Formats: sequence, structure tokens, C-alpha cells
Amino acid sequence: MLFRPRQQPVLLVLIALITLALFALPLLSFAANRLVSGLPLTLWQVTNSILLFIPLLWLWQSLWWPPRRIHAISVLLAAEVLLALLIWLAGQQATQLANSGSPLARTAFGSGLWCAAALALLLAAEAVRQITRSTPWRIVLNLQIWLLPLALLLSGHLDRLSLLKEYANRTAVFDAAFTQHLWLLGGTLLPTIIIGLPLGLAIARRPRWQNAAFSVLNLIQTVPSVALFGLLIAPLAGLVAHFPLLARWGISGIGIAPALIALVLYALLPLVRSVVAGLQQVPQEVRETARGMGMSAWQQFWHAELPLALPVWLSGLRVVVVQTVGLAVVAALIGAGGFGAIVFQGLLSSALDLVLLGVIPVVALAVIFDALLRLLSALLERRHD
Amino acid sequence: MRLLRDPLYWLLAAFLLLLWGLPHSGPLFAHWFPQLERPLYQQESFWRLALAHLALVVSGSLLALLVGVGCAVFATRHAGRAFRPLLETVAAAGQTFPPVAVLAIAVPVMGFGATPAVMALFLYGLLPILQGTLAGLDSVPASNREIAVGLGMGPWRRLWQIELALAAPVIMAGVRTSVMINIGTATIASTVGAESLGSPVIIGLSGFNTAYVIQGALLVALLALICDRLLERVQRKLSGYAQ
Amino acid sequence: MIEFHQVSKVFAGKEAIRNLSLKIEKGSFTVLIGTSGSGKSTTLKMINRLVEHDTGEIRFAGEAIETMDARALRRRIGYAIQSIGLFPHWNVAKNIGTVPSLLGWPQAKITQRVEELLALLNLDSHLATRMPHQLSGGQQQRVGVARALAADPELLLMDEPFGALDPVNRLALQHEMLRIQKMSGRTVVLVTHDIDEALTLADQLVLMDGGEIVQQGRPIDLLTQPVNGFAREFFGRSELGVRLLALGRAGSAARRGEWLDAEPIAESLTLREALSQFIARRTDKLPVIDQQQQPLGVLHFSDLLRQREAS
Repeated sequence: MLFRPRQQPVLLVLIALITLALFALPLLSFAANRLVSGLPLTLWQVTNSILLFIPLLWLWQSLWWPPRRIHAISVLLAAEVLLALLIWLAGQQATQLANSGSPLARTAFGSGLWCAAALALLLAAEAVRQITRSTPWRIVLNLQIWLLPLALLLSGHLDRLSLLKEYANRTAVFDAAFTQHLWLLGGTLLPTIIIGLPLGLAIARRPRWQNAAFSVLNLIQTVPSVALFGLLIAPLAGLVAHFPLLARWGISGIGIAPALIALVLYALLPLVRSVVAGLQQVPQEVRETARGMGMSAWQQFWHAELPLALPVWLSGLRVVVVQTVGLAVVAALIGAGGFGAIVFQGLLSSALDLVLLGVIPVVALAVIFDALLRLLSALLERRHD
Repeated sequence: MRLLRDPLYWLLAAFLLLLWGLPHSGPLFAHWFPQLERPLYQQESFWRLALAHLALVVSGSLLALLVGVGCAVFATRHAGRAFRPLLETVAAAGQTFPPVAVLAIAVPVMGFGATPAVMALFLYGLLPILQGTLAGLDSVPASNREIAVGLGMGPWRRLWQIELALAAPVIMAGVRTSVMINIGTATIASTVGAESLGSPVIIGLSGFNTAYVIQGALLVALLALICDRLLERVQRKLSGYAQ
Repeated sequence: MIEFHQVSKVFAGKEAIRNLSLKIEKGSFTVLIGTSGSGKSTTLKMINRLVEHDTGEIRFAGEAIETMDARALRRRIGYAIQSIGLFPHWNVAKNIGTVPSLLGWPQAKITQRVEELLALLNLDSHLATRMPHQLSGGQQQRVGVARALAADPELLLMDEPFGALDPVNRLALQHEMLRIQKMSGRTVVLVTHDIDEALTLADQLVLMDGGEIVQQGRPIDLLTQPVNGFAREFFGRSELGVRLLALGRAGSAARRGEWLDAEPIAESLTLREALSQFIARRTDKLPVIDQQQQPLGVLHFSDLLRQREAS
């Protein structure tokens, strides 16, 4: 019999690592209260963990099958079940421990669970790659992995986990941070597009202006974010001192005003660069054909250049969104709020769960926006072919 | 006289001037910010902070260079070909994570201090270098590869003298991106207990001491600009043969 | 020097080379010719093990190449390809010195060898410090050939080396190649799909199709006695006569003892080129001079018709 696992080295390595993570590392960690550090709970100490063997053994035996689409689908399903099962087991164990012990007890994901979950996602991504070559489908398949975990989350099954208890304690703070983070994102995107799009259009045909514009924008991009935030405080505070009207509008040296200014400045470079690049890669023949058909300059732009430049612009927008979601976290340091406030508070008080409460939504936002914009780009490009 | 026109030397001069002069500028800041008790950051010398900042970035980036180039080389060899899509997925997915998140998550794993900072810088800095090396190795012309084998070069010599040498400019572009991101992340490293030029900024922000913030921000901005110019020069030198 | 015994090669389920047996003599200039996909490049690459043969045996200087260290084998064989492949980050001298430095030659010897080769290939010696992108296509391929010859290999393999050059350079390099080979007595195996190039260069011609040898022998034999319809079609029915002329030289067909006062042609000119001269100058007699510029004889137009038996 052909030793097939050698034909699928990537799957073999990932499945072996998952098995190692599940057996050698603690699955969960349990602390009697917030101040005590967690005790590791291995696979054997978690109730019903035997269920994990089902997807695990399925994955191992699938290595002996030839690499065909139907088998890739089964690997994807097994990886999804593994992920959902891990989360479900964690929630169940937390509930059990909370019911039998003190309500202050904290059950959290252990390193084994984190590693196994991450590896299961990589495994799923590899399986998706084998299932289809079409980008939109790949994105959709990679997103649907989260449906089961999301259902578990919303059903309240996970509520006894320390992370969710933290959320329950600070729901108002969390919601405020969420809204503020979205305000920061929107408040950056709008001015960036309003300034960046016309700027990009203006310099697209003028190489000398391009040099000047990109030098300035590059300069800004080089400065670390917290430094730029910091450098804006003093002049802005001075400005507000001179023009009290601004203070009445809520603008001050710290807070959302300098944050937005800096975020917009950072977002301009990727956006303007992509606007220019998008226009430059429109083939000359397309422009000439449009002109030859008697289109006015506006019509040429709208019908010939815009559709072809749009995918590149969308990719630039995607970079801007992901970058801004990340930088907005740092903005919390100058009082702009958002999830960063939760993250830094957690770091300050050494509360891991608080840190996670801030980090996970930020990562989720970045990943979701990235996936949605990639999907949109891919669908647009599909339509052109 | 070319030295006088070179912006890099001006930046370097400004930086060194500030490093030397800031500790003596107490009265200036006291004048600007009369309401502050302590207008000058004196908990650590600025030299030490600058060196600590550089140490964080250099160690994180060096590790990232070794591992990143190593992984990319492996993924472009016959034996590692199957792993390449996975590596590319990890590199692309990893870059949707904000660098701050990687820094924050390093703490529960490794505690506070310089170690989680270097680990975060290493992990995040890995990704642009990985992408750069993959792209660079791809750009080596097939004719060069064929001739190198045909003339009797061994695999290690081919890798070092031909493939990596020709890929160097693109790899350098990845290194430059990685180092610049790391300089930015190292600035907030003091939130996880590692010293850097960002420490005065962060302490100033939490203590409403704008003087501290300006001192730290000026220095770190200059440092970043200098490093960027330097790396750009290295990159241009590596692409020199094509000029 | 090289022997193929019943060699086969399978690529992705298809037989690219089928039961090939071939003998290449030492000191010969062998040209492998055929259409694309005929397997000629694959055959060439099997000699220096860039492609490993599946069945059969290939012997180089008496030894089976499978038993030899591939790297050592390749360093004994010169290799030049169509896309030239000069290393863009090394100057000309370093490119040429690739194999000598692999073999550990002292720098002085390498420098001297580079100078010799530049002279041999009619390249200016100051080009040694130039970078490849500063050279023209013709100069680049000359450097490529110099590089292949650098370590004085017993065998030279060339895979469509002049295919990417313009016609002027191509002809010039073909003549260079011929001159170099005759001077050094080196064994050369060259792959091409250009029939005229093959006829100019080859003293042994091997016609391949579908991974098998259709016919091999002297060029004149393949032209005058094609073994089947494919061979006949390949060398072109309407071009046949002119191609036969290309095999003869003005020097050997000229009548000795005669002389004419007109602009002479060189003895190395092929009869085909001489035909061009006759028509362009509207004459039926041309004086021929030898390599030392001394009078050799006179070539008559009517003698062109009598070339079948000679050469």
C-alpha cells in the first residue's frame, strides 16, 4: 500500500502538530479567583474531551486518501468540527467548574487550545485551497468556518468562560469602545477619501507632482504612530487655546481630534498610491479607444478608466481599513478611546482577559473587513473577465 | 561638499544634537510649559533609551531575517514546495493583525519586559521579510538558474552566490518594511515593560506631561527617518549592478 | 566520446525520448536538428545530466554518466543556452571565470584565460570589466560561449545558442564557432531548428522527430539521400539545391592557375554565398583569395552545377 501521507506533507505536519498541541499542552487553565494564576488542565482532565478523538482520528485516516476534492472537503469539515468542539468543550467545562465551585473561578483557554485552534484554521485554509481555485469561493469557505463558533458564542454556552465574564462585567465599556472604534474608522475613511481621491486623480498624470506628494506622505508614514499623535498634541492644544470656538466643538489637544488627524495622514499614503497606480495601469489602448469613440473627458473617465482602476482602488482601501483599525488601537494612548483603551488597561493591570477582550474584536474587525473587501475585489474582477 | 547636501547627514546631525542637547534644555521646556512640575524627562538618559530602542529593533529584525529568509528558501526548494501556499497564507493573514495586538498577546505568554517585545517584533517582522524573499527568489531569471546548474555549481553555492545575491534588492525591500514597522512597534514597547524612546511619550501621555511627549516624539521621529534613509541607501546599493 | 545505448525518457506519462542509440565521435561537430518537441534539447540535456535518463545507458569518455558525480561531470562540459544566462550581478570577467573558479584555479591563471578567450571571440579586452546589461545581444552570447570554453572542456554542449540573435550576429557567431572548433579540435554538440545553421556547422547531422532519430550522417548524405518522406520534406524540396550549394566552399571549387582582375571573394565563402555574388555582380567568373590574401584561383558560375560529387 502506498504510504500516502508523504503525498500530503503539509496536511501531515499540521495534523501531527495539532495532535501534539492537544496532548502535550494544557487545554484549559483554571484559577480559583482573579488574583491567582491559572492551573493547567490537560486533555484528560476536561470532561467529554474523548469526543475530540472523532475529528482527530478522521483527520489522521484522511491522510491515506488520494488528494481529491471530496477528501479535501472532508478534511475541511473535520477541521471545523474540531474547532467548534474545542470551543464547546471549553464552555462546558467552564460552566461545570462554575457550578461546582465558587462564582469567582476563572476558566480560560490554555495554550494547547490556542495552538490547536490556530493550526485547525491553517488546516482548513489548506483544505479550502485544494477544494477550489476561485478566490471568492475561497474567501466564503474560510469565513463560514466561524459560523459554528459564532453560534456557540451567541447561544450563551460560553458565558462561564473568564473572557465572557469579563465582557459581562464591562458590557457598557465594551460597547462604548466598539462604537468609538467604529467612529474612529469612519472618521478616518471619509476625509481620507475626500482628500485622497481628488489628490490622486490630480497627480496621476503629473510625475513631478507625484514625486513631491509621495515624498511628503512617505515622510509621514515613516514616523511611528504614537510619536505623530504626541507631536500633534501641543500644536493642536495651542490652536484650541487661540480659537475657543474649536473647544466648543469638542476639539482639544488630546482625544479624538489629534487621533483623527494623524490617522487620516497615515491613511493618505496607501490610498493615494493606489489611486495613482490604478489609473496608471489602465492600458493606453483603452483610453484611446474611448477617445476615438467620441467620449468626453468625463465619459472617458467614467466608462473606460474607472471600471479598470476600481479593483486597485479597492485593494488600497482594504489596506487603509486594516491599517486604521490597527492604528486606532494605539490612539487610545492619547485618549481617543476605542478597543485600545481596554487593551492598555489590561496590560497595565496584568489582566490577560482584559487584553484579550480588547485584542480579539480588533483582530476580528480587521479580518472581516479584509475578507469582505477582498471578496468585493474578486467579484468585481470576475465581472470584468 | 556632497556631504552637506545629503539629507541623511543633516538628520543624523539633528538627532545627535538633540540627544546631546535635550538634557540641557530643562529651562526651555519649563518656559513653554510653566504648569508642569517636571518639564524634562530624567528617569533615563536619552542615549540609553535610544540604544535600548535600537537593541529591540535590531534583535527582533535579525531573528526575523534569519528565520524569514530560511523559511522562504525552504519553500522555494523542491522539498519544501508543498509548504509554500501555507507560508504565503500565514504571511498575508498575519499582516491583518495589528502589530499592537501581537505585542499585547506576547505578554501572557512571556511576561513583561524586553523578551515579549523582542518576540512580538520578531513575529510581526517575519512576515514582510518572508514575502520579500519569496518574491525576490521568484525574480531570479530561469536562465541563470539553468546555467548555474549546467556549469556545475553545487546547490549551496547556487543559493548563496546566485539566487540570494540576485534576490537581495527585493529581500532588502522586505527588510526595510519590517524594520520600519518594528521601530513603530518598539515605540509602544514600554506598555509591556520594555524601555525605548517611546517610554517618555507614553509616560507623558498617561501623566498629561506634554513636554515629555514632545521630547520622546521628536527623538523617535528622527530615529525613524534616519533608519529609513539608511535602509533606502542600502537597498539602492544592492540594486547597483542593474544601473 | 559520447555513446547513447537504447536510452528512453518519460515526461508526465509521455515518452519524450524513445529507445535512442547514438554515437558521437571525439573532435566532431554534431548538430541535432528537428522540429519543436522532437526531443533534441532533451537529448542534449541528458548528456550533462540536467535531465536524467530513465532507461538505457549513456557513456561519456567511456564511463557511464550515472556513476559519475553530476557536478564533476558538468564542470568537464561546457554549456551555452539560447537565453545566454549571464549572471547580471557579475562583470564579464567574473562570468567567464565561473567554472575555473569552481575548479579552484589561481586568480592569475583565470585572468589570463579571460583575456585569451576575449581575444578568441573577437571581443575588446576592456569589456572584461563591463556588466552584462551594458553589452549588446551579440556580445553577450560571445561572452556566453567564452564562459562555456573557459575551463577548456573536452565537450561543448550548445542549446540553440544563436536563436535569440539578429541575423547578422547569428551568421557571424556561426562562423566563429566553426573556426574555434576547427582550431581546437573540440567535440561540439549543438541543437538547432534552423536548417541552414545546421548545414553550415555540422560534420555529423542527426535528424530527430518524436523522440527518435530519423537519420544521421554527413549533411550531404541527408540532403541527397533522405531516408524517408519526412527527411525529404524537412530539408525542403525547393530549397534543396541552394542548400547543397551551402555545403561547398569557394576555395575548393575554384579553378587553380587562373586569375582575374576584379574584386576577389574569400575561399571560406560557401558556394551559396558565391552564387549571391555572381548574381549581384552580374558576372560568371569571380577571383578567389586564400586566408593570407594570396590569389588562389577563379570560380566559374558553371562550376556550381558540378558540385554534387565534390566536397
